[in-house]
Amino acid sequence: MEMIDHLMDVLLPLEALRFGFMKHALLAVLLLTPLLGLLGTMAVNKQMAFFSDALGHSALTGIGLGIVLGIRSDLLAMLIFGVIWALLIILIRHKAQTSADTVISVCSSTSVAFGLVILSRGGGFAKYSSLLIGDILAVTPNDLLLLLLALVLGSGLWMYMYNGLLLTSINDSLAHSRGVRTRVLECAFAVLVAIIVMLSIRWVGMMLINALLILPAAAARNLARSSRQHACLSVLFALVSGITGLFSAYSWNTSAGAAIVIYAAALYTISLLLKGKIKG
Amino acid sequence: MLNRDACRLCRIDLSHVSVTRGGQEVLHDVNMHIHCGQLTMLIGQNGAGKTTLIRALLGEIPYQGSIRHEDGDQHEVPHLTKGYVPQQLEFDRDMPVTVRDLMAASFSKRPVWTGISKKTDEKIMKALERVHAEGLIMRPLGRCSGGELQRILLALAMEPAPDLLVLDEPISGVDENGQRLFLDTVNELRFGAHMAILMVSHDLKLVHEYADQVILLDRSVLVQGPPQVVFGSAEFGSVFGKRRERAPLWK
Repeated sequence: MEMIDHLMDVLLPLEALRFGFMKHALLAVLLLTPLLGLLGTMAVNKQMAFFSDALGHSALTGIGLGIVLGIRSDLLAMLIFGVIWALLIILIRHKAQTSADTVISVCSSTSVAFGLVILSRGGGFAKYSSLLIGDILAVTPNDLLLLLLALVLGSGLWMYMYNGLLLTSINDSLAHSRGVRTRVLECAFAVLVAIIVMLSIRWVGMMLINALLILPAAAARNLARSSRQHACLSVLFALVSGITGLFSAYSWNTSAGAAIVIYAAALYTISLLLKGKIKG
Repeated sequence: MLNRDACRLCRIDLSHVSVTRGGQEVLHDVNMHIHCGQLTMLIGQNGAGKTTLIRALLGEIPYQGSIRHEDGDQHEVPHLTKGYVPQQLEFDRDMPVTVRDLMAASFSKRPVWTGISKKTDEKIMKALERVHAEGLIMRPLGRCSGGELQRILLALAMEPAPDLLVLDEPISGVDENGQRLFLDTVNELRFGAHMAILMVSHDLKLVHEYADQVILLDRSVLVQGPPQVVFGSAEFGSVFGKRRERAPLWK
């Protein structure tokens, strides 16, 4: 880690990067945002923005249940519950004879309510409030290792699933006729999103994680004509908003997650204005 | 009528096929055969069981009876490669996916966003040329017309080369030029490739013009044979009677 810190001092002699916490935060942004950008393309194409929002909100219940069940690590509790919750939402969505957004909304509200009931018992919610907005400046070298592992494994799985997911996002029956196991892929994608969302929540915050997943991909979609352009632009937008947001937060002395999302939202607005001119 | 001769090399036989769904018998004792090298068209009123029959053929739903694929010596061929062109493809037309992306995702394991190899590109071009759609390769999928989309789906269904090509009302909602272009392409494929083609259609005029064999279905097969035989049958009259009184639609 010291070697990387030293390398950053040489390559990026910026005032803000004099501090170790800023170096680590920048590395976290570089590790996290490309993967969120990539996953976001499919979340947007498969119209799962609301689904990932509901997943983010379920983090509170995860921690709450972790406390009740005696799981010591908040992250482990969030991961286990996030994965189970993602699969449950998919299952309910397929079984229930009602619209997807209603099902997801019910699941989202229920999980937030459960989480709040458990965590606010006895007035002790204040210590969990950092989860709402996140704190990327608190990233430690061990967290970075975990993020690197997530990036490598997540990207690998993403590469393996991508073509099948692309076909299912166009049309389920078409994908099925090409031998794609659509339901298995949908579950695998939901689990992958759940894991990455839960890993990111501590740094970006529960309120903002979904914006970071969806906004760069949605902005890229406004400008892209092909899948490759969509993925590349989404990663670029995620990286640009991540880096500029982090440095702006340092200068403004404010929440990094929120600043990152503001830049992503600005990029989305610009893309929306350019959409007509570029895509015709 | 463009081709009345079966290649006589192989056939797909359905014997006593029945399908029960929700306690109701949707198909009852269907006996029919589909020959290689022929365009067999399936007709019938709505609710006659055409889509159910197709789903049984594609192995998507359970059925009683047997579906056998036999070679020229009447030996059963264990594996039947199927190609399928659905009715109008419903999808989000704003999605940034080109025809090339769709086909590369179907033909190759390499994630499309990482690039498309030269070999896959050649395969895509060859498949599109087969259906006279090579000019569409870089077009976003959402910008293709109904007829163009159906030809792209046909190109997809032809790779890998199927033993049985199933077309489920592929030209409904397509303008007349698009319909003829699609059917002419299917005809060319029939001559060039060794496969059986089963197509569902409501357009009796086109059925009469293009089909080698026609099967009239109403939960079971009412009559099958060349178009003139089926269209002249009493069963056809009883199913499409009212239409016949007005005008012979297929002429």
